[in-house]
Amino acid sequence: MSGTLAIEGHGVAKTYGTGDAAVTALRGVELSANFGEMVALVGPSGCGKTTFISILAGLLSRDGGSLRLAGIDPDELGNHERTLWRRTNVGFIFQQFNLVPQISVVENVAIPLLIRGDARKPSLERAADLLQQMGLKGREYARPNKLSGGQQQRVAIARSLVHQPRILVCDEPTSALDGDTGQRVMQLIREQGCRVDRLVILVTHDDRIFHFADRIVHMDDGRVTRVTDAKIEVAALRAVVAAEENTE
Amino acid sequence: MRRIALQMLFGDSAKFYGILLGLTFATLLITQQSAIFVGLMTRTYAMIEEIPQADLWVTDPTLQFVDDTKPMQVTALDRVRSVKGVEWASPLFKSILVAKLPNGGRQLCDVIGVDDATLIGAPAVVVEGKVEDLRKPDAIFVETRGARKQLMQPATDDPNGPKRPMQVGDVLELNERRAVVVGIAETRPSFQNVPTIYTTYFRAIGFAPANRRTLSMVLVKAIPEQNIQKLKERIEHETGMTAYTPEEFSWKTLNYWMTQTGIPINFGMAIVLGFLVGVAIAGQMFYNFTLDNLKYFGAMKAMGSTSAQLLVMVALQGLAAGVLGLGLGLGLTSAFGLSIPAERLAFKLTWYLPLISAAAVTIIVVGASLLSMLKVIRLDPKEVFSG
Repeated sequence: MSGTLAIEGHGVAKTYGTGDAAVTALRGVELSANFGEMVALVGPSGCGKTTFISILAGLLSRDGGSLRLAGIDPDELGNHERTLWRRTNVGFIFQQFNLVPQISVVENVAIPLLIRGDARKPSLERAADLLQQMGLKGREYARPNKLSGGQQQRVAIARSLVHQPRILVCDEPTSALDGDTGQRVMQLIREQGCRVDRLVILVTHDDRIFHFADRIVHMDDGRVTRVTDAKIEVAALRAVVAAEENTE
Repeated sequence: MRRIALQMLFGDSAKFYGILLGLTFATLLITQQSAIFVGLMTRTYAMIEEIPQADLWVTDPTLQFVDDTKPMQVTALDRVRSVKGVEWASPLFKSILVAKLPNGGRQLCDVIGVDDATLIGAPAVVVEGKVEDLRKPDAIFVETRGARKQLMQPATDDPNGPKRPMQVGDVLELNERRAVVVGIAETRPSFQNVPTIYTTYFRAIGFAPANRRTLSMVLVKAIPEQNIQKLKERIEHETGMTAYTPEEFSWKTLNYWMTQTGIPINFGMAIVLGFLVGVAIAGQMFYNFTLDNLKYFGAMKAMGSTSAQLLVMVALQGLAAGVLGLGLGLGLTSAFGLSIPAERLAFKLTWYLPLISAAAVTIIVVGASLLSMLKVIRLDPKEVFSG
């Protein structure tokens, strides 16, 4: 699957509200991405990142342009079909984890399977296997609030992958974590999440995790302003930092 | 997902116990106040139920309820007896009189005088003595609650010493006439909560202050196969008095207390208060519980939960809270009713009161659930990206 198009978007536009109250969030986004890639969306607040990932995740309809996700246009699906498509094809990692506090870690991980109607026992077994891979063996029946922030985000990663989605959407996955924990969490997303048949979309402000991505998509004012190779950009960033340190 | 919905409810102990407390308290207040109200109202016509032999009760037309006796002339009895279709007609005397007790104390008593010949109207459940003993000179029966409460007598010569219930052989005075207790009977508690004394009709007239009109009511038995409604119309037409079937008389009495007193308003306010407590505590808490969990519902919606799945979760949470709150509330109400003796509190938990409470709890829970569901339906899953 590597190399096949996961996203093909041309002139994707979105405006909220109408008339004088209208706010244009996307002004014609151009972006293509392949399965097997991790693409980081970066840019200042209000540049349209959240709107764009909402459209990519099938949570929001666009107003203009064309978009194909894993071969289909989500806007051609009815609401119910789009929900079912999302259920199977999209995994989410949220900024604030959004783990249900009243249920155990393993039940949280199994939620995507239970939503699609899988039986409880095999769902929990599969969730437990995944937690083991995430280094959380022995914590399956703990409540989320008994875990550290890093552990909670690992649970969230397991939850996002348990149903083997083709698109993994990560919204600021390290913003609630300290630097070292953020690096470890990203390492885990890279190791467990990136597969030849999966596209990982990462929204972040944190330039310390840029190097985990394959490409960096810069957005500003509702447009993609440039797309760079992450390795080159990270090398450039490091050179700038080194130069500043030498100057000091 | 249903199990997760219940775990979400039970797992948030502060809110869950708050919701449960609100619903339990609302159920307790609604059911308990309703049961006391029904108990009190039932007592207003207890006397009618005590005399099941009568097909019709004939009274003065101006009578408003069973205790509102309007004495009639004694000839009314013969006029009723002469109506075609009457098998028998018995006189009944009923009046509140002051009794002078053996210890010198005075007590208001409800004196009922039953037919001397047939003793129709005498208590059916006799605890001590025989109904026929009413024919003995100066004989009276007292009922158990009065005997154990207002009519208690000193057990020793010391008037301030321990007391004992009134018993067979005790002598009291009614209107300065000697009355000897020859029996103790078990009767339904009356609304007025004064001791009831049974005696014969003519002796009761003797106990009462002199009055030209002495007949309180006439009890009528219809001949077999007689249409009661037709007999009632005939009695009213031929005597000018009013005849009621026991059901009509009970309803007339009940209607008087319902419409002419503030009792229903007082109890109604307490019941409404219970409902409002349920809305304010349980409804509000359940709504807040859903609001607190909205971000998790939002995450589930993003992950592919349909609105229907989430609504089932909310409905199940509401149902579980409602059933538990109702069950606990009804249990506590029953325990309350069982723990307080009937002579101290009119409490009657009829089959329909739990249904009324269930309806009230359903309104509270469904209302709160519907408001919560609206939030869930309108929930925009992309809000989960807002951090």
